[in-house]
Amino acid sequence: MIEIRNVSKRFGKLEVLKDVNLTCSPGQCIALIGPNGCGKTTLIKCILGMVLPTSGSIYFKGKNVSRDYKYRCDIGYMPQVGRYPDNMSIGKVFEMIKDIRSAGEKLDEELVTSYQLKAMKHKKMRTLSGGTVQKVSASLSFLFSPEVLILDEPTAGLDPLAAEILKEKIIKEKENGKLIFITSHLLSELDELVTHVILMQEGEIRFHMPVSELKETTQTNSLAKAITHILKLDHVQ
Amino acid sequence: MFNKIQKFIFSDILKNRIVLAYTLLLAILSWSVFSIEDDGNKGVLTLLNIILLTTPLVSIIFTAIYLYNSSEFIELLLSQPIKRGKIWTGLFLGLFSSLAVAFIIGAGVPIMFFVQGSIGLILIGSGVMITGIFVSLGFLCTILTRDKARGIGISILLWLFFSLLFDGLVLFLLFQFADYPIEKVMVGVSALNPIDLARIFIILQLDVSAMLGYTGAIFKDFFGTGFGAIIGFVLMCLWAVIPFMVSRRMFIHKDL
Amino acid sequence: MPISPGGTFFSNLLTASLLLVGHICGAETHHVGEGFGLASIKQAIHASAKGDTILVHGGFYKEGNIILDKSVSLIGLDMPVLDGQKKFEVLSIKADSVLVSGFKVQFSGRASLDDPGGIKVYDSKYVRIIGNHLYDNFFGIYLQYSQHCVVKDNIIEAFGREEQEIGNGIHCWKCEDLQIIANTITGHRDGIYFEFVYRSIAWRNISSDNIRYGLHFMFSNDDAYITNIFRRNGAGVAVMFTKNVKMYNNTFIDNWGDAATGLLLKEISDSYLFNNRFVRNTSGIFMEGTNRIRIEKNIFKGNGWGMKIQASCSASDILHNNFIGNTFDIGTNGSLVLNTFDGNFWDKYEGYDLNKDKVGDVPYRPLSVFSVIVEQNPPAMLLYRSFIVTLLDRSERLIPTLTPDNFIDNIPRMNALPL
Repeated sequence: MIEIRNVSKRFGKLEVLKDVNLTCSPGQCIALIGPNGCGKTTLIKCILGMVLPTSGSIYFKGKNVSRDYKYRCDIGYMPQVGRYPDNMSIGKVFEMIKDIRSAGEKLDEELVTSYQLKAMKHKKMRTLSGGTVQKVSASLSFLFSPEVLILDEPTAGLDPLAAEILKEKIIKEKENGKLIFITSHLLSELDELVTHVILMQEGEIRFHMPVSELKETTQTNSLAKAITHILKLDHVQ
Repeated sequence: MFNKIQKFIFSDILKNRIVLAYTLLLAILSWSVFSIEDDGNKGVLTLLNIILLTTPLVSIIFTAIYLYNSSEFIELLLSQPIKRGKIWTGLFLGLFSSLAVAFIIGAGVPIMFFVQGSIGLILIGSGVMITGIFVSLGFLCTILTRDKARGIGISILLWLFFSLLFDGLVLFLLFQFADYPIEKVMVGVSALNPIDLARIFIILQLDVSAMLGYTGAIFKDFFGTGFGAIIGFVLMCLWAVIPFMVSRRMFIHKDL
Repeated sequence: MPISPGGTFFSNLLTASLLLVGHICGAETHHVGEGFGLASIKQAIHASAKGDTILVHGGFYKEGNIILDKSVSLIGLDMPVLDGQKKFEVLSIKADSVLVSGFKVQFSGRASLDDPGGIKVYDSKYVRIIGNHLYDNFFGIYLQYSQHCVVKDNIIEAFGREEQEIGNGIHCWKCEDLQIIANTITGHRDGIYFEFVYRSIAWRNISSDNIRYGLHFMFSNDDAYITNIFRRNGAGVAVMFTKNVKMYNNTFIDNWGDAATGLLLKEISDSYLFNNRFVRNTSGIFMEGTNRIRIEKNIFKGNGWGMKIQASCSASDILHNNFIGNTFDIGTNGSLVLNTFDGNFWDKYEGYDLNKDKVGDVPYRPLSVFSVIVEQNPPAMLLYRSFIVTLLDRSERLIPTLTPDNFIDNIPRMNALPL
């Protein structure tokens, strides 16, 4: 579904992505992990079209995404930190995004309902707590039942209950055959969610493999342990 | 589709406290100016000074602050299926229309109330134009640097340049070339500063223009005619459009 | 003595009394008009002798140039019209003690070498021109080499557009002891013109909408003009190359335009301005090369420049005036100032009065730095009302550096004088 071919990105002298190649298919839930500054966010932004690759290209359903914007109809994005215009109410934010998407009746309001956002529809974004803002972001990203979901640190800032609701939703959508990207530092949390892991280091993809395969090669039973194992190996070498 | 963004931004900004304060400030200043000055012309002149000072400042700085504060929101918009150009244009139209409405409510209403004839309309029109121009310049400042403090610094400098330094430069040039017939050149030079353009344009409408002497007469010959007025209007429009179009081009090719 | 029908004749008190005088002196009265004794004024003049009265009845008299060369009273009844057909000087007075009253004099000849006028007085004394209406003449009333004449209660109007194609309303050349009283003059080159006119007075005239000056003095010493109104002229009054002129109670208003002034003083000395009002003129007073002028208790209100005092002026005393709402109170082109400004009220004064003597405790500098800049560099007026100018003026008020030190009112008033 998403194919990344030879993508490189430079910010001035700094090379953030080095010749990245990647293919992702529907039904995969991919954890994108790696140390700070490894290029995770840049890669996501490349897929979303916020950052334009220096070279290489990205294909979405076989079509090159550069100079296109309509493909984003099929992507739901939840940013790490959501900020909205101060004086807009929750209702208005939803209305606006719906307006932009020209969405019809078919909306997935499951999260909106679970988070009880409708009850505080008139509250202004300025007055909301960080957690509530994240709930809004999460609800928005799932609202249009997109085929691809990109979630940047989705559970950071959410209270345990809300985080649990979100995780359940992610699992459900995975089972619905959606392609989901998650970046997170909480590896333990990802265990039950993801099917594949991408480890990035210094702008390169170290590996991209199913979780089961990873656990097998490293002889561990959890994602966290597997990753630590690999990083330790690196250190020894 | 950008109209949709504009609509939401517009209502967001109208509720903004700074914009409300700005509207109130303009209203208080204009009502008091007109009730103190018994001579309508004098009132127009005093108000002109106030407008040419505050409107550019508020427009450019508010735009810069608003855009910097909206950077995450702009990212979210970017992840939506919408063209970048439309997002930027929507933001511009939203900011411009809301600040223009603030100006019209704050200063325009008292002007309509106290100033008869075309002068009032020209004053309001110039105020709206100046708003558009400095919102546009604000967009340019914001796109030039990612750093909020630096961006606001640049916008303050730009405001200072157009309201003070430019005129200082003009004064300097006038004395440097005092021995040459530079009046006609000055018509061109003043077109390089939208604030001067607006100020001279309005003074030409008032009878104090007789005091402008020979230079004023040259200006009147030029801007007093229909053709000159159109040129002046087009120049102001260019001042509003060009900085924005440059910033839009940069925004489209920018990594966010 | 021709017999005339009663009615209108005896009903006219003025005529009756004149007639009475005529009887006493043995003078005669001649009637001119359709149905009266004589058909033309020329005939009547021919028939009359010194001291006679000619009564001209209402009607239209197109007699070319009428020359009045006898000392008679020429009186119009019901405003008879004397028409010059734009070819002739209408009425030429060439005798002493003539009275001309009650005529509408119109359409004199246009510009030619001999300056044709509606009514022109040549080398005569004690001529009185009273209560006439002069309409669209080249010169209205023209006096030359004449003394002790009175020009009173006339309405003088013309429709000139260019200075070259129209003469003056009341033109006086080499005259003495004139009284120009209560005339209304519009649309001429200069409303009233004095050249080499001595010991004369202009009183209660209204001179408005003239192309050049409302009142123009050249080489005319020892004159006075009092309680006149000069409105919307190219310049209100120009007084040039003259000594000892008194200017009291006049109003100079709306003389507004590129080079307009309320009062232009050029090469004047020993003159006195008292209790005049200068309102909404581009410059209230423009003075150049003046000497020993006293300007006292005048009002300067809403002018572009209250006064423009060129460096060539000296020993002027500007005392106890009110300066209110002028864009610039004072302008000058130089720094050498031998004039004094004392005890004036300046509405721009921001000082204080701690000892409550109604005099500001800090001196006032009426010359703003911007007005100095503009004087040196007129195009700088382009920056009028700009932020930088406000800033310059403010800082100059605090620390004077560019404006001349001696341009100063040491005893500025806190309140306007009740003028």
